[in-house]
Amino acid sequence: MAIEVNGVSVETDENGYLVNLEDWTEDVAKILAVGEEIEMTEEHWNLVKFLRGYYDEYQIAPAVKVLTKAIANENGMDKKAASEFLYGLFPKGPGLQACKIAGLPKPTGCV
Amino acid sequence: MEGAKGAASKDGNQGKEVGAGNNEKFLNPTPMLDELEKGPWPSFISGFKELAERTEKPMLRGVMDQLEYSYNTKMGYWKGGLVTVDGYGAGIITRYSMIKDKFPEAAEFHTMRIQPAPGLHYNTKMLRELCDIWEKYGSGLIALHGQTGDIMLQGIEQDKVQACFDELNQAGWDLGGAGAGMRTAVSCIGPGRCEQACYDNLKVHLDMLRHFVGPLHRPEWNYKIKLKFSGCPNDCTNAIMRSDLAVIGTWKDAIQVEPEEVTAWVEERGMDALVNEVINLCPTRAISLREGQMQIESRDCVRCMHCLNVMPKALSPGKERGISLLMGGKNTLKVGVNMGSMIVPFMKMESDEDIAAFIEMVEGIIDWWDDNGLDHERIGETIERVGLKLFLEGVGMEANINMVTRPRDNPYFKAKY
Repeated sequence: MAIEVNGVSVETDENGYLVNLEDWTEDVAKILAVGEEIEMTEEHWNLVKFLRGYYDEYQIAPAVKVLTKAIANENGMDKKAASEFLYGLFPKGPGLQACKIAGLPKPTGCV
Repeated sequence: MEGAKGAASKDGNQGKEVGAGNNEKFLNPTPMLDELEKGPWPSFISGFKELAERTEKPMLRGVMDQLEYSYNTKMGYWKGGLVTVDGYGAGIITRYSMIKDKFPEAAEFHTMRIQPAPGLHYNTKMLRELCDIWEKYGSGLIALHGQTGDIMLQGIEQDKVQACFDELNQAGWDLGGAGAGMRTAVSCIGPGRCEQACYDNLKVHLDMLRHFVGPLHRPEWNYKIKLKFSGCPNDCTNAIMRSDLAVIGTWKDAIQVEPEEVTAWVEERGMDALVNEVINLCPTRAISLREGQMQIESRDCVRCMHCLNVMPKALSPGKERGISLLMGGKNTLKVGVNMGSMIVPFMKMESDEDIAAFIEMVEGIIDWWDDNGLDHERIGETIERVGLKLFLEGVGMEANINMVTRPRDNPYFKAKY
């Protein structure tokens, strides 16, 4: 599969995740967000940047637990509020949708 | 692989080859799977075939074909992924075929976990609706029930999941738990249909479910955590071995003895039976005979339930009832099998305040685990790693001499009577 961004074809896997992580640009993210029916706000972008920063450092997407705690710390929320906040931004789950838009590989692991 | 195939088809020649080359049958021949129908046991293959021939759903045929192929190559061909519905982070178990080019009909076969009612008490209207909705969107295949009690609706394609969930949800059903979060809880039939129940485990189950519905649908802890509610120490949900938090009904005072019923029992079964099948089988020798009457030394009773099960009319649990909380039970995975350790020997569980206090305690325990546990570490493993002392300090509990590691040796033990 592939998506088209500014006339350039970008390859994605069968679930819509980027095949080559270096293909990611903000324009790619916007197109991926359209596919997820998500309107990107500043809060969405902040989360996407957090995920990309984390991935750069650890070469793995953060566990949802780590993500929730980081958001809670950053915004002075408790864990429950942070979870509500994350699912408010990405209704199908931050792991699933935010990682896709951030250009990270599909989360694996047995859910 | 070839050898296995040859053996299967040789056997298939012995009058079993009806399906081969017969276009009237919906399913393709599956000689390897047919072997599983032999013998005196019920076979999932028979049920699968019946359903496939009746509904003629291509997905079911594809899965049969892929499974037959698996039995020949001795390899599994399902891979996971992530599929969810709006607002949920869990509840769908994803299965994509790794060889969908070979078996396009089996390309997707996801499972939806559906929460059961406490004590598995359904009415037939809800079950009928569930079946109808499931046959409309999915394969029609249902497994009752998974280890965490879920109704497993097996076989649906990704693009039908949301619509199927919406309709199920309208009919009053909800998705169960999956992933590193709270899992669907299980309770035995409880006081609804059992005289041994020492607390209303159905109500406690429901209250806990309502409280933890968030982390159930949105897993974000170290690992899975399971709760089971057994009404009495018979532990029919097998909580002690299969749940991180086993809530088991118990009593504090003496077993209640109904002397007239004891006499009636002895008249019917004989004194030999009382001595040989009840008194001699008490694991702690807590029962003795005094002038022909049963005497039970409560201090020595370990709540094995044997005498109560044998003489249900004559004996019943004490009057001061409540629960014991055991923690750390789990099956194999990274670390071996563990049975629960006694953490809270006794707690009252009668009023709404009792239940609220219990829920608050469980929330504190899970918070401690969330903060101190490692990734993929069950709560019992965390306690084992840091030691009981640190755990008790962490959740603010007093150490108690009754916190024993091995309250029971074998949960499957059932004496003959």
